[in-house]
Amino acid sequence: MSTYLIRRFLLMLLTLIGMSIVIFVLLRLVPGNIADIMFDSAGFVDPEEKALLEKELGLDLPIPVQYWHWIKGLMVGDLGFSYVSEMPAIDEIAPRIPITAKLAGLALFFSILFGLPLGVISAVRQNTPLDYILRVVSLSGLSLPSFWLALLILMACVAYLGEIPIYTDTPETLWDELALYLLPSAAVGFRASALIMRLTRSSMLEVLRQDYIRTAKAKGASDNSINYVHALKNAVLPVTTIIGIEAAFLIGGLIITETVFNIPGVAHFLVEAILMRDYPIVQNLVMFIAVIVVVINFLTDLSYAVLDPRIKYAD
Amino acid sequence: MRRDFTKIGALAAVMALGLGFGASVAEAQKSGGVLQFYHRGTPPSGSIHEEATNSTSSPYMGVFNNLVMYDHAKPTNSVDTIIPDLATEWAWSGDGTKLTFKLREGVKFHDGKPFTAKDVVCTWNLVLGKAKARLRKNPRKSWYTNLESIEQKGDHEVTFNLKRKQPAFLSLLAGGYSPVYPCHVPPKKMRTHPIGTGPFKFVSLKQNEKVVFTKNENYWKEGRPYLDGHEWTIIKSRSTRVLAFVAGKFDMTYNSDVSVPLLKDVKEQAPHVQCYKGPNNVSTNLIVNQDTAPFDNADVRKAMVLSIDRDAFIKILGHGETIKSGALLPPPAGVWGMTPDALAKVAGYSTDVEGNRAKARKIMEGLGYNNDNRLKVKVATRNIAVYRDPAVILIDHLKEIYIDAELETVETSNWHAKVARKDYQVGLNLTGIGVDDPDAMFYENYACGSQRNYTGYCKPEMMELFEKQSMMESGPERKALVWEIDKRLQEDAARPIIFNNVTATCWQPYVKGFVMMTNSIYNGWRLEDVWLDK
Repeated sequence: MSTYLIRRFLLMLLTLIGMSIVIFVLLRLVPGNIADIMFDSAGFVDPEEKALLEKELGLDLPIPVQYWHWIKGLMVGDLGFSYVSEMPAIDEIAPRIPITAKLAGLALFFSILFGLPLGVISAVRQNTPLDYILRVVSLSGLSLPSFWLALLILMACVAYLGEIPIYTDTPETLWDELALYLLPSAAVGFRASALIMRLTRSSMLEVLRQDYIRTAKAKGASDNSINYVHALKNAVLPVTTIIGIEAAFLIGGLIITETVFNIPGVAHFLVEAILMRDYPIVQNLVMFIAVIVVVINFLTDLSYAVLDPRIKYAD
Repeated sequence: MRRDFTKIGALAAVMALGLGFGASVAEAQKSGGVLQFYHRGTPPSGSIHEEATNSTSSPYMGVFNNLVMYDHAKPTNSVDTIIPDLATEWAWSGDGTKLTFKLREGVKFHDGKPFTAKDVVCTWNLVLGKAKARLRKNPRKSWYTNLESIEQKGDHEVTFNLKRKQPAFLSLLAGGYSPVYPCHVPPKKMRTHPIGTGPFKFVSLKQNEKVVFTKNENYWKEGRPYLDGHEWTIIKSRSTRVLAFVAGKFDMTYNSDVSVPLLKDVKEQAPHVQCYKGPNNVSTNLIVNQDTAPFDNADVRKAMVLSIDRDAFIKILGHGETIKSGALLPPPAGVWGMTPDALAKVAGYSTDVEGNRAKARKIMEGLGYNNDNRLKVKVATRNIAVYRDPAVILIDHLKEIYIDAELETVETSNWHAKVARKDYQVGLNLTGIGVDDPDAMFYENYACGSQRNYTGYCKPEMMELFEKQSMMESGPERKALVWEIDKRLQEDAARPIIFNNVTATCWQPYVKGFVMMTNSIYNGWRLEDVWLDK
């Protein structure tokens, strides 16, 4: 096991180094640079001033040198300065991470809370009216774009409650925070819960037809024990993989949701930074996301062994 | 013609509503409260001299004072509405080449340092590029090409030495784009933490979140400002921000953020809110790269101008409310623009669209183009609806004169870089003007060498005319010459104006003392007279 862990850790490190190169190079291959963009708000681009600005920002240096400066800074915790706000990148990024983390966590919590049990119910009550309703709901969850759903929620709130649950000030209490994140996380978690529900259902249907389930029934085990202990434990493995992938991909859904609900998280901030070619923000933030994805994948792999005793990671 | 007059009448009525709102200043003002705005995006910086966008000028205007300013209680900026600000009085020399200001004493910057003539000299030396420190961007350099030097006499007198007479120079100093900067604060700090003498102090800017300003307790104008501060919550999604305003989350919308179709929705959902709907002096115009063939041929450009059916644009995009104009905005909202009668005499502006297009086709046929030999071009524009939508209609109009155009949408942040590189054939652009004066308009957008003259239009005889009108006092004679220049600019396809935009700004009924300017969205946002009747 320890050799496996070391091997995985080294692989993770290698992946991250590769990703840092890809992020850095891709960002510089996109047409338009920060100097052009900064001049845009002045309505013109002066070539001389642009050259001076590029020099000031260190963009006139060869790309490998720029890359080395970035990595060297990363190693000592210096993320550089945002080109747009001229503030340290860490000060721009750090306060936004907990916001997105809470939103993502809540969305994932919602999706598991609804997706798993409803998937089990749908499988157990296969081809009943309840199953049909749940399947329609899950299908709509997969087909409704989250930005549309988010807008619909906002419009309904304004029309029926005369209130709009968007982020304008930092919430002061835990309750305020929960109230603020509840709707956006539901909007973004709806799709994931639909996916989890459908996968749980199909996985459960497969497991419920196994011999050991019939045996358990013959031995007089209760329905709850059969469904949630015997069947679900074995059906949950593919669902775990999907939850892991969804957790990693949640950032995509959050971009739109954060924009619509005006939540100042990293997802929305990242898009703005990309549009502005704010390299120090984008490369550090994408790197951070890459670390999260790699770690989640690693943890998902490890969870297999916990969930299914047959799986062993050999040294 | 009749329709145009009806439209102007309707606009006048709407403007009167705006004036009525301003008149409410006469009520007993109350102090206190923080005015909540929404903002459409993070301002590029806090340095007004370095930006050409109301994303910066609207929120940050209250940080600064000018030497002189347009009276915020009067909605139409003109030379007659200029009032003292940091300058208490001013006088022209006999030959009109020296403008001397006496400066207000006892004024302090937000950091406690005193304001003196040195700060005025530093500010305009910075703009002229004569200072040690430099502005990263200097979009209004072209306004000051006639400014030779600035001299200080003691701590409270300063003289602007002009190369030649330019009565409208005072107008340039009165706009929101001409604040006085402190000499002791470097440009970099002015971008991130601006310091001025104005009624509000900058507190903080969080990207994509909020810009916060607080009351300057030591403001030199007694009793002002009424507000304890103003905050601008940044909301990128237009649907969200307008919904939030409707729900009462904000006291005011962003400057001119509500489009005509959207205004109908706002009024339906929140009938109690008050709105000023009117021209914003931002024109939608055609830019043609005059350095590339066949557009270096004036005849091709003339044919393009003749193909435009402006009424179609106005009807489709502006719901009949946008305005037909030349480069300058016509009265009653503007001061210098051609009236409908005068406009009708400009080539391409008559309502006989078919007649115009027949003439255009004849020109194109003379150049060898016909149905079998159509000119293929790309119409480049920013990938934003207000740019893209008119570009699509333009493409349709160009088809009428043997031009097959293809839409080329450009990522918005790359737009000006592309235009500056002259990497386009035909483009569709929007142009706003900081001061409704021919000097600002002509020197910024049509003069040889100006960085914002995107088409590269440059004619010595026009430069002479620009100078001639610039040396004239405001009055009928100057106006007649300005109309003649504007007519020639439109017919030369220097940057043909398709229409002048109309937008709305809305506020809750308890917001008092704000007057929306009718001829520049870049002025009138000092907010020192605004108060909340809560």
